[in-house]
Amino acid sequence: MTTDRGARFWRRPGAGAEGRRRFIPVFILVGLGAFIALLNPTFLTPSNLITVVLQASILSIVAIGQTYVILTAGIDLSVGSLVALGGALSAGLAVKAGLGTYPAILLTLLVGVGLGAVSGLLVVKGHIPPFVATLAMMAIARGLTLVYTQGRPIAGLGADFTFLGTGDILGIPMPVWIMAVVAVLAALLLTQTRFGLYVRAIGGGGEETVRLAGVRPGVIKLLVYMLSGFMATLGGVLLAARLWSAQPNAGIGLELDAIAAAVLGGASLFGGIGGVGGTLIGALLIGVLSNGMNLLEIPSYYQQVVKGMVFVLAVLLDFATRRRPTP
Amino acid sequence: MASEATAPPNSPKLPSSPPPVSEATPLLEMRGIAKAFPGVQALSDVSFTLHAGEIHALVGENGAGKSTLMNILTGAVPKDAGTILLRGQPVEITDPRRAIELGIAIIHQELTLIPHLTVAQNIYLGREPHGRLPGTVDWATLNRQAEDLLARLGLDLRPTTPVAELSIAQRQMVEVAKALSLNADIIAMDEPTSALSEREVETLFGFIRQLRRQGVGLIYISHRIAEVFALADRVTVLRDGRHVGTASVQDVDEAQIINWMVGRTLSELYPKTSRPQAEVVLKVEGLRRDNSLHDISFELHRGEILGLAGLVGAGRTHVVRALFGVDPVDGGTIWLEGRPVRITSPQEAIRLGIGLVPEDRKAQGLFLGMAVRQNITMTRLHDLSRLGVIDRRRQDGLARQYVEELRIRTPGLGQRVRALSGGNQQKVVIARWLTLNPKVLLLDEPTRGIDVGAKVEIYALMSELAARGVGILMISSELPEILGVCDRILVMRGGRLVGEFDRAEATQDAIMTLATGGTRS
Repeated sequence: MTTDRGARFWRRPGAGAEGRRRFIPVFILVGLGAFIALLNPTFLTPSNLITVVLQASILSIVAIGQTYVILTAGIDLSVGSLVALGGALSAGLAVKAGLGTYPAILLTLLVGVGLGAVSGLLVVKGHIPPFVATLAMMAIARGLTLVYTQGRPIAGLGADFTFLGTGDILGIPMPVWIMAVVAVLAALLLTQTRFGLYVRAIGGGGEETVRLAGVRPGVIKLLVYMLSGFMATLGGVLLAARLWSAQPNAGIGLELDAIAAAVLGGASLFGGIGGVGGTLIGALLIGVLSNGMNLLEIPSYYQQVVKGMVFVLAVLLDFATRRRPTP
Repeated sequence: MASEATAPPNSPKLPSSPPPVSEATPLLEMRGIAKAFPGVQALSDVSFTLHAGEIHALVGENGAGKSTLMNILTGAVPKDAGTILLRGQPVEITDPRRAIELGIAIIHQELTLIPHLTVAQNIYLGREPHGRLPGTVDWATLNRQAEDLLARLGLDLRPTTPVAELSIAQRQMVEVAKALSLNADIIAMDEPTSALSEREVETLFGFIRQLRRQGVGLIYISHRIAEVFALADRVTVLRDGRHVGTASVQDVDEAQIINWMVGRTLSELYPKTSRPQAEVVLKVEGLRRDNSLHDISFELHRGEILGLAGLVGAGRTHVVRALFGVDPVDGGTIWLEGRPVRITSPQEAIRLGIGLVPEDRKAQGLFLGMAVRQNITMTRLHDLSRLGVIDRRRQDGLARQYVEELRIRTPGLGQRVRALSGGNQQKVVIARWLTLNPKVLLLDEPTRGIDVGAKVEIYALMSELAARGVGILMISSELPEILGVCDRILVMRGGRLVGEFDRAEATQDAIMTLATGGTRS
């Protein structure tokens, strides 16, 4: 069986709507890039483009975790706070507790998975709507971060730590490498494994069907929130590494960017539809937008407004095209 | 990446020669099944048998107990009494998983396929062939397995097509294919044709007959008697939770089955006392809306009950939604009591004296978590309040008046509507409209899902309202009800009015022929 999936994808009768949709974000990305380049040629310089990708890489990692949650028709609002906690905890364990960079990071990622599990259990066992459960986790994780840091940045990271954020291999920054590895693994997990299939199955109203097929949807959902917690704290570690210090206020509002990246990349908030590739494009789109607005010297306060509006437009598109009208 | 040696797990057993339909050990035997829900005996002492290679129709009115019986068979609802035997062996079906393991599958009206997954992914959900790495799926083998299965069932579907792109009939066939891949040899289909076009029905019937030849036992649930005669070998009729009769279709005729289903004379079931008056209260001319309504024209008289018959999807609901101002129209004129009116919103319709009792009373007609008092008086709060504060005494007075008048059975005005029976819920919806003294009432499937006793009360209420001069337009998919209640009957098909009958000349056959696209003889 060596079916050419690419060809089949194109020929599939009526792959139409959903098929063409996949390319909308790419067109928007190219269009937006061209528009910015026209107004400010600096945009297209290699160093600027690398900066854009570098800036988008941490968001991409967090947004990939978010995509998994959104595929199950859930949402994870705690990722911004978990980014802060990831940075603070890894930096603190490495610098203050002297654990060594890698044990510190590993332990931090485990904490991220654990807090994700708490959100997941609240959703699955506590039957709390995902946005409420993760809103609580958002406050808890931010609070824990402030408690742990006493509200002050943690600096003095070792060279092996900062290498993860500022170093490069073959001229490509480390966060981009890490993002690439994470993205490939996440994409394979989603498209090639049972777990990935069940994640996609649960979202589109298939929870009962999945249960009758002998799969426990609760376990799948729990794993998804754990994955999102992992990704968010990983993003936090890289952010601290890139800034040479952990900021207790890191990642404020990042949950919006992460959700926006997924939705801009074609994920549906109704669940079931979305993918890693689309989310990467979505994150890049947000990166280009931020970078472009900086190049065009748009004040940062206005940038917030623009981002919010872009997010709303993306969600409107999702709702308008994917919700079946009632007869 | 897939080795040919990988044998597909769970390949369905499809016997090549049909076992004879004999009186030998039946495939399935349900004996003395009973089930009570709070306030209603849903089933008492019901028996049902099914042989391999048989299509056994299960018919009865809404509330007759068909669904409950099937829910017991598939483990969704526990039984209170009775035994179930599979091939002569007693079994306990404790939950839906157990039913699937025992080879029992039910295809519901609401299909359980996941729309954005492919046909193959849906069929083998939870049973994907393993790939080389742990946790991975061998997609190529999965698709080949599905392709084999679909070919054996004679289905012209591609395993890689997303289910969202299939028609309803095709989705039902995929559901059946899924059930067969789970080794189901007892398949129940619940009203499978209710959302299908005539051509799709033929395709589905062909498929069902093929399954019969392959030795599958099929339970076909329907209230369309014509389908029973077209398809089934035997028919069992339930009424009010009791087994009324089982017969081979050769031995009974339509009248017999209707008699079994209804169990009482028409005059008992449909207490008709009103007579339409001469005055036209509502007149519609040339109503149209892009693809859903074409040139709809009719008159509704004061005190008349006008029926709107047709298949699901014929556009009946679109008509009442347009008249109630929910959906905008592209053209046409509406006269109310001789004056042309424009109805652009439900508020406008209410102001003009038009009421709508919607199809889905739970989602569209009621505030389930609120009390009876609030549900009845919701649209009159303005008149019951002073400076925005509701006068509770007057509110209760108004609510009590209608509770008594409509004989709504509720422990009190503070009872949450959720806890009432379907029939009483429907009365609450109607009561809310009556507080506004409507000139026209639009009823969309007013007796859906309520038991026969409550239906009779709703019919009596309709008749009473008509006698008071209200013009009533009623949509119903139950032809006996349309025939029994209405003074005149309009038939719709494909968004058009295709016929009109007087009460005296209407028959089920004539209406059905028009509704499905035949010509009136």
